[in-house]
Amino acid sequence: MKKKIIFFCVFLSFLFIFFIFFKSIYNKNYYTPQEFTKNYINFEAKELFTKKDFNSNQLFLDEKITIINIWASWCIPCLQEHKYLMNLKNNNNINLIGLNYKDKENNAKKFIYKNGNPYDLILTDNEGIISIELGAFGVPETFIIQNKKIIKKYIGPLNQQNIIEIKNIITK
Amino acid sequence: MIYNYLGNYSLVFCLIFSLIIFFLCFKSINDPRKIIEKNIFSLLFLQLLTIIISFFSLIILFVLSDFSNETVYNHSHTTKPIFYKISGSWGNHEGSLLLWLFVLVLFIFIFSLTSKKHPKKYRIFTIIFHEIIVLGFIIFLLSVSNPFNMNYPIPYEGLGLNPILQDPALAIHPPILYLGYVGSSIIFSSALAALVQGYVNKNWASHIKKWIIISWIFLTLGIMIGSIWAYYELGWGGFWFWDAVENVSLMPWFCLTALLHTIIVLEKRNILKSWTLILSIATFILSLGGTFLVRSGILNSVHTFANDPSRGIFILIFLFIIIFLSVIIFFLFQIEESTSRKTFFLSKETSLIINNWFMMYFLSVVLIGTTYPIFLEVLTSDKVSVGPPFYNKLLIPFLIPFFVVMAFGPKLQWIKTKFSKIKYTNFFYFFISLAASVFIIRYSEAKYLFSTAIFVTSFILLIKTIEGFFEKKNNFSQKLSHFSFSIFILSILLNGAFSTEFSANMKQGDELNINNNSIKFINLKTLNKNNYKTVITTFEIKDKQGRILKFNPEVRIYNQPEILTSEADIKSNIFSDKFLVVNLLKDDGYFNVRYQVKPFMSWIWFSIILLTIGGILSFFRKI
Repeated sequence: MKKKIIFFCVFLSFLFIFFIFFKSIYNKNYYTPQEFTKNYINFEAKELFTKKDFNSNQLFLDEKITIINIWASWCIPCLQEHKYLMNLKNNNNINLIGLNYKDKENNAKKFIYKNGNPYDLILTDNEGIISIELGAFGVPETFIIQNKKIIKKYIGPLNQQNIIEIKNIITK
Repeated sequence: MIYNYLGNYSLVFCLIFSLIIFFLCFKSINDPRKIIEKNIFSLLFLQLLTIIISFFSLIILFVLSDFSNETVYNHSHTTKPIFYKISGSWGNHEGSLLLWLFVLVLFIFIFSLTSKKHPKKYRIFTIIFHEIIVLGFIIFLLSVSNPFNMNYPIPYEGLGLNPILQDPALAIHPPILYLGYVGSSIIFSSALAALVQGYVNKNWASHIKKWIIISWIFLTLGIMIGSIWAYYELGWGGFWFWDAVENVSLMPWFCLTALLHTIIVLEKRNILKSWTLILSIATFILSLGGTFLVRSGILNSVHTFANDPSRGIFILIFLFIIIFLSVIIFFLFQIEESTSRKTFFLSKETSLIINNWFMMYFLSVVLIGTTYPIFLEVLTSDKVSVGPPFYNKLLIPFLIPFFVVMAFGPKLQWIKTKFSKIKYTNFFYFFISLAASVFIIRYSEAKYLFSTAIFVTSFILLIKTIEGFFEKKNNFSQKLSHFSFSIFILSILLNGAFSTEFSANMKQGDELNINNNSIKFINLKTLNKNNYKTVITTFEIKDKQGRILKFNPEVRIYNQPEILTSEADIKSNIFSDKFLVVNLLKDDGYFNVRYQVKPFMSWIWFSIILLTIGGILSFFRKI
């Protein structure tokens, strides 16, 4: 009798393991974006300081140009481009959004307190999924969005020339 | 082209031969004659021959760069050196499974030739159980991962082999590791056969011990070669990362090591029968389960070849058929343990059982660390990542009692040891070890009490194993293995305590000073090689005494597929490795430079080789 009980316990536990593995085969543990070229962007993210949820539909409402800049406190080139972003800060025609990529909250806040806040809004992307959705290759990257479409994208830190280009796009 | 057909059809023939062997064996069980029929032997030989033909056809296809074959197209390229064309044939999912099958068939052939002293029915049952595994693998190959799939139209060029796999260590890593894995399949099928036939006794133990030692040797070597590769090729400066796939190879190793010790108890004292059988079965199931975890793409790592769910499901179902088969057989033919023989606490048996407890503990930590994230994700869709801190915190403290048991266990006698026999020299050893450890701890930045304890115990282990060489007992292989294990542990500990690392971004002409060493980036030059471009940098490192060492780490840009790899430059001597690796940064001219001094690195490799030599000696030892 005891033998039978042990047998069924062993049997059932292996059955359970089978079930878990079976499920997990279809449960992909990496993330791939739905399409390669995205025209329409849709995501949700938390604000860094207030922790409020923002939906992308709220952000890209009107004709106003939105710039998304992906940055992180651990990223040295981000510091380099920071002064150029500060240059864009006082421009009323654009909506500058910082996307904080895979960062620690305290480090990100320190970075902003120390170097100034060029952004109108800072969203957090702890898993890096929003950045993948946008089609980013790394940090830093900058996307210019108009009518919910990416119209221009800069890979790597911005420089003086890029800023002039961006300003030209805005004044168009 | 012709080799495609040759390989494919010889696989089909192999399937037919396996089926015939399977049925002939069933017929042979009721045959009263005492020897196995000749036709089973000749069929086993034919089966081996067909697999050899098909394996070599795949190699020839790779050498000829025949892109009409899908596997060759996916994993080869015309500009690849001939050596990597050959090794590329098992550096992919389909080819590596063909290698599995080859070793599987080779081993059962050797088994049937070398087991003539043993009862016929036991041998027949071993062949039956083994053929079930062989059949599973052939069907798997032919159905969802056929290495001889054809491409039409024929492409002009292949996609190339992943450059990090283009390495001599990695060319021999899979075959050696597979010899270890597949060796465990013989242990599995012979354990089941012995169970069915009631042949679990001293004779069986001394017979299967050879196979356990063989698989253990190859598994140890295979794991070592893999981690040597990780050490110099991945450029992280470590040799073990608790990566899921490393763990998968470590789990059967723990099981096999436990089995290696238990089988001695069975051989000498005829006890622990069920436990030996459970370990024999578990070793193979862990090997096969590891294959499933790696190949189904559940775990992501450098080893993930295929992400095709149908493959994962096939291995999963096959794995659980094997598991349920062994569970049912185990409970049907359960052995009543003879309780008449007494075992006292202070005896060799007890210390070997304690060894098993520790091995099982290490095994379960690694098993939980590897599979728990999968369970959690399926049940709650939470993600956790289990990293080195988990393993370090759970494993290292338990090494302390483990070392103590390992230091004194082998000195005990079978059945009963008298307490008065314990010598007072041990106290002397303890104080020597304590002095040495305190000396070491003072010069490292390790945590005080805890690291002193672990150093003390490992030094005691070292001294006791050295002492063993002067004793009269004639068991040199065991002494050597335990001695090299203690060297291994000490070198890892010292390596961990005294490693230093420095990293900075530098460009040509820069010079930096750290801890009285100065690093100077002298120059860099670009060269075009056959299948890659390389940036060779020259660094000069001046140490405290003013000695100058030149390093030439490289960054390689492979063309097919386009991948960047960093080739570390490692200067090894007896006492330490100096390790310099550079990575290309996005900014012009800047390189990320990492310089590490890792003491006793070569001792780690050396001690593992010594450990396997111990295994080899014990294989040739007369009982």
